[in-house]
Amino acid sequence: MASIVQLNEAVRDLVRDGDVVALEGFTHLIPFAAGHEIIRQQRRNLTLVRMTPDVIYDQLIGAGCASRLVFSWGGNPGVGSLHRLRDAVEKAWPAPLAIEEHAHAGMAAAYAAGASGLPFGLLRGYLGSDLPKVNPNVRFIECPFTGERLAAVPAVRPDVAVVHAQKADRRGNVLMWGLVGVQKEAVLAAKRSIVTVEEIVDDLGAPPNAVVLPTWVVNAVCHVPGGAFPSYAQGYYARNNAFYKQWDEVSRDRDSFTAWIDRHVKGTSDFAGFRRSIEEAAGHV
Amino acid sequence: MSETTYTSDEMMTIAAARMVRNGAALFVGIGLPSAAANLALRTHAPDTILIYESGTIGAKPTVLPLSIGDGELSETADSVVSVPEMFAYWLQGGRIDLGFLGAAQIDRYANINTTVIGDYHKPKVRLPGAGGAPEIAASCKEVLITLRQNNRAFVDTLDFVTSAGFLTGGDSREQLRFPGKGPTAVITDLGILTPDPVTKELTLTSIHPGVEVEAVRKATGWPLKVADTLDVTAPPTAHELSVLRDLQERTARAHAGQA
Repeated sequence: MASIVQLNEAVRDLVRDGDVVALEGFTHLIPFAAGHEIIRQQRRNLTLVRMTPDVIYDQLIGAGCASRLVFSWGGNPGVGSLHRLRDAVEKAWPAPLAIEEHAHAGMAAAYAAGASGLPFGLLRGYLGSDLPKVNPNVRFIECPFTGERLAAVPAVRPDVAVVHAQKADRRGNVLMWGLVGVQKEAVLAAKRSIVTVEEIVDDLGAPPNAVVLPTWVVNAVCHVPGGAFPSYAQGYYARNNAFYKQWDEVSRDRDSFTAWIDRHVKGTSDFAGFRRSIEEAAGHV
Repeated sequence: MSETTYTSDEMMTIAAARMVRNGAALFVGIGLPSAAANLALRTHAPDTILIYESGTIGAKPTVLPLSIGDGELSETADSVVSVPEMFAYWLQGGRIDLGFLGAAQIDRYANINTTVIGDYHKPKVRLPGAGGAPEIAASCKEVLITLRQNNRAFVDTLDFVTSAGFLTGGDSREQLRFPGKGPTAVITDLGILTPDPVTKELTLTSIHPGVEVEAVRKATGWPLKVADTLDVTAPPTAHELSVLRDLQERTARAHAGQA
């Protein structure tokens, strides 16, 4: 059974230094609030796993939480580079960042294998690509039936998965819809999981086949309205594209990034405080 | 022909859009490919099925998405599937007719690099990486590539092969038994390149109006092959231009309005 707890308690109890942590959400439902809480609690030496490390991983990496990144596409979608990710990879600031790089199809297969308790994911992938030359975790096997050469990648088995969803009920069953990415696979692949939600309701009212994570596969459910901002939660709020564009400037140099994180994330006690802080800053411009 | 003026980027997007067959299931990359695909949907190819790797099948956005997973894509889609399902059942399952990719670098055999400029372990510029591209390039029945042509992008040797075109040319792609037949055209702001049927080397087969062949050669980092009979791309029609500009204006308004 999931416990319904405050986000700071969930991160304190479930995310440890040195953990393999997957914060998932494919453009939609990105768990920004949980990422900020990991920064506030100054977790270190994390292996961060995510198909599309974007602004939230840029913040975690720039804040010094990570020593390793497993990913398949790292950018600010539609805007450009992640400057903190690039600074860490290219210049080891604020700390060296080792990378394990895949293609999306490989990461998706690796999560599905993790959720299935299988040792590796299988795909018709990486054909002709240089990625297997730089990633020893991409290997090839022969199909025992046809002899076809197929790619194999080790299962992703995070210590902790963190996702954001639209709703939970009071027992901790979780409902999400819209673009659901690899969130279900990430939670089922992980040893522990945290789900932040827009609202907690008496009855999910979920139609058959909706994505429901039953309470007994989730450790902690936290009520964090707006917790996917500046990404979006379908049915609740739209993606704040302007924030993503502004992030390009904020993150471009180390000082402006550090000032931003110190003021708006480390200088606030929770996500509601963060939202007030950036609104105040915008009002002063 | 009217004297309508247009930019080289508009010519590129319109030439790329024309390559889309009506009714094709189209796997779309963000940026230039997405603009071309959405233009095709609004002009000659209204039955095109737009598929974005975020999980949307049959998306019908009213403005160009900023990201691959904008809300409008999922709200307007015929079906929304998980990412593992997208890559396993739909892409590797061989259901996609046409993949539409961009790139930072391309070589003469239409292999593309979206990973790194410089050495992988000591990068000069770290690019976003592969995303869905290697399997889109391998598994779609056919692939189109669109990017601006200059000799930083059109290089003799890629710094990194992210996604395969025709590898080292000839039958080298067939030998690896790729499911799809590979790139059939590269559409740039200067012209259209297509692979030679035997050697698979990209050959300039169409040049955009007003562009000199010499300028295309200078923008290419290898000795460019030019077709014996070089076509001139039809200039944008007034209709194509007005649909594209309208789409881009609405897009700019939509993305600016959410501060």
